[in-house]
Amino acid sequence: MGNPMRIRASVQEGVTEVKVLMQHEMETGLRKDADGKLVPAWHITELKALHNGKTVLEGQFGTAVSKNPYLVFRFKGGVQGDKILVNWIDNKGDTRSDEVEIS
Amino acid sequence: MQFMAHQKIWASFYNAGGNLINMERRKALKTGGGLGLLGLFTAIGLIRPGMAWAKYEASAFDAKSMAETLDALGVVTPESNLSVHLTVPEIAENGAVVPVSVASFLEHTEQIYILVEKNPNVLAANFVFPDGTESFVTTRVKMRETSSVIALVKANGKFYRATKEVKVTAGGCGG
Repeated sequence: MGNPMRIRASVQEGVTEVKVLMQHEMETGLRKDADGKLVPAWHITELKALHNGKTVLEGQFGTAVSKNPYLVFRFKGGVQGDKILVNWIDNKGDTRSDEVEIS
Repeated sequence: MQFMAHQKIWASFYNAGGNLINMERRKALKTGGGLGLLGLFTAIGLIRPGMAWAKYEASAFDAKSMAETLDALGVVTPESNLSVHLTVPEIAENGAVVPVSVASFLEHTEQIYILVEKNPNVLAANFVFPDGTESFVTTRVKMRETSSVIALVKANGKFYRATKEVKVTAGGCGG
């Protein structure tokens, strides 16, 4: 299991804004360690955000997304207490899933 | 729980050898025929269509140049369009963390791609917007050097773009 995400979701005038901060190294596969050996690529490849079980955003990441990826998106609808679930998977098959309620 | 099931499938899929599957998929794409391993999994119901991984555009993410990337995405020179708003800093002091915001005011925006022309791999991220989600996204990308950043938007099946240059004073790809 990956490290926990920080997710904040708040609704204003019928639009829910979701901010996600993932914890991931996002190694490009191009960086060399102290011994001059390449550090293998290790990055999130996909993420999916769901509002009460319905997909509201899908994303695919290459190696160029920054370490500890940050994401903001908005969707119409959502009320306080609704559930926002975000999952990701990385190129090593590790996954992480976190859920918050809209505030 | 439905999601747990997804996770398991994702995990087992990868454990089965993510690379192998990628290769198989690329081969299948290249030869333009056959089901490929991915198709086979889909066919036998291991992976349902619409599940996220099934769409990972590995060939586009692996592409090294702008031309290769656009080719992999099936894009013919996208038009510049003022309804695509790209917000990036003019100067990035730290190439490892460059904030990028894209908003599309085109109707039926389906996808937003973020590309960095002079990165080792041009395509940084791709976002898919279902109905009801605003065609807007903010994220942060790494930039190796001063380069154009391109927001590529797919709306109504067509591609549009907005381009801005970001000056990088310290590269973000290490090595």
